[in-house]
Amino acid sequence: MAFSYAPREPGAGAFTIRDLSFDVGAGETFGVIGPNASGKTTLVRLLSKVLEPSGGRIRLGGRDVTRLSRAELARLVAVVPQDVPRGFPYTVEELVLMGRFPRAPRRFFESKEDRTAARGAMEAVGVLELRGALLDRLSGGERQRVMLARALAQEPRLLVLDEPTAHLDLRYQAECAGLLRRLGREAGLTIVLVSHDLGFASELCDRLLLMSGGVAVRLGPPETVMDEAVLESAYGCRVIVDKHPISRRPTIHLIYPTA
Amino acid sequence: MSGRSTTSSGRLAIVLIGLGLAVAVVAVGALFLGSARVPPADVLAVLTGRVKGVDQVVVLSLRLPRILAALLAGGALAVAGAGFQALARNPLAEPSVLGVSSGAAFGVILAQVFGLGSSLVEAVGLAACAFAGALVAGTAVYLIASRGGGLPVHTLLLAGVIVSLFFSSAITVLISVVDFGRLGGVVHWLLGNLGPIAPGSLAVFAVVAAVGFWLVLAPARRLNLLALGEERAQQLGIDAERLKRRIFAGAALLTSAAVAFVGPIGFVGLIVPQIIRMVLGPDNRVLIPTAMLGGGAFLLLADTLARNVIAPAELSVGVITAFCGAPFFIYLLRSRAGDPRL
Repeated sequence: MAFSYAPREPGAGAFTIRDLSFDVGAGETFGVIGPNASGKTTLVRLLSKVLEPSGGRIRLGGRDVTRLSRAELARLVAVVPQDVPRGFPYTVEELVLMGRFPRAPRRFFESKEDRTAARGAMEAVGVLELRGALLDRLSGGERQRVMLARALAQEPRLLVLDEPTAHLDLRYQAECAGLLRRLGREAGLTIVLVSHDLGFASELCDRLLLMSGGVAVRLGPPETVMDEAVLESAYGCRVIVDKHPISRRPTIHLIYPTA
Repeated sequence: MSGRSTTSSGRLAIVLIGLGLAVAVVAVGALFLGSARVPPADVLAVLTGRVKGVDQVVVLSLRLPRILAALLAGGALAVAGAGFQALARNPLAEPSVLGVSSGAAFGVILAQVFGLGSSLVEAVGLAACAFAGALVAGTAVYLIASRGGGLPVHTLLLAGVIVSLFFSSAITVLISVVDFGRLGGVVHWLLGNLGPIAPGSLAVFAVVAAVGFWLVLAPARRLNLLALGEERAQQLGIDAERLKRRIFAGAALLTSAAVAFVGPIGFVGLIVPQIIRMVLGPDNRVLIPTAMLGGGAFLLLADTLARNVIAPAELSVGVITAFCGAPFFIYLLRSRAGDPRL
């Protein structure tokens, strides 16, 4: 499934993205990086129809997103948010079952298939034994896996992750990377990853899109995008680009000012 | 970790049947209690149609309609509370706390000042005016309390208090200007009045309440998803704004129906949904139908108590619910003291 995107400026929201155009191939893991207020979150909102582009088109599998109903879009695209609201009163299984809604929005109760699919999703990310637990009681890493399970329960073709490592300890960052890699390779899921964590994005993604101030600065494999001059002008600070000792992917070292 | 099991139609059916039986028992029991002493044997005789006269009037024309009104009003207020709580994502939201009851009460008084009585057609008019008042109050609270797309609880409660105060004062002014002598009666009504209600009015009440129930119950599954936040719910395929408007209309309609026919009664929408949540969990597909029955039972019990505790005098039912509700509200507020959203 291919995904192409070419908006001009989004109508709603306080932010403007200009002249953005890119394609994501099926089964690709695609990263969107850039400083704060570069338009990354706006991009997630445009992809999930929370915002509408005021010009240009967003196409998923050849179909224009504006032609799709919300439920139809939710069957294709699943967004994994950073966290659930505080004081969220539902259990893990109840949350994952919510992900089944777009598959059968008219149903009042979930079907047996829904329950089976939810269990499968929980098992895939390793939270099945937590299914009766309240979300409030779980650790950040566990909550994130639960939200990933909910997204998988939607049976989407495109998974969008909004800052997946934002609140995670190192251990859970590594775990998350492993999970996403497995989902991308084994399940052939197309993944769009929006992240300010350059090392994480560089490690996992086949291609990166660097955004700054609402425009695309560079698009290509990590080796091309993670270029010192390019990053310095986008982020406004000095960096050294190196290679990860094991994976050989580009990594960043920030040059800290002395005194 | 083990926790509660997820909702299914089977589980819901068991809960509802059980509760329905309990409500029926309470309702029938309430027929036997009252300030006019009617021996149990005579009550049974009236019910089977063997006796006429005063006893029949008491049981069938006074007590029975009042019991039905209490069941309807209690159910309506409890479901309205559940609806407002889902909208505000906060268990402290309910019709009287949010000032919606006061708005509806103002609507009713205004209509009565303009001459609307209790005939069938006029009853519909009363309900409509109550609805208008409820909508105005609810919208005012929402506009005052909104902060960047959310409804923080401290502004919500304050807005509710202010709006409530405003409408109460408006009622006092209205009556004082129009007919000062009636002020005492109105103040009494403002505490809830499950007095004699004509069968025609009861029927209108039932129909309006049914519409309100349907508005809130039918999208119950979508209402659950609203707990994720509007943006996340939209990303799962829900038209969040439309859902919110629908629930608001339904909750306001239920509140205004209750206020129009039995006067404003507070705290039912706070206590009943919360107790149900503590026992059965937050799933609205279970919460709302259970609140319909549980709210009715609660108000019926409160009213039976109000009628009999200082017999032959009567307490207003709103007094009982307030005595239960105020401590409960404080307990809820305190137990959420560790919640960073507050």
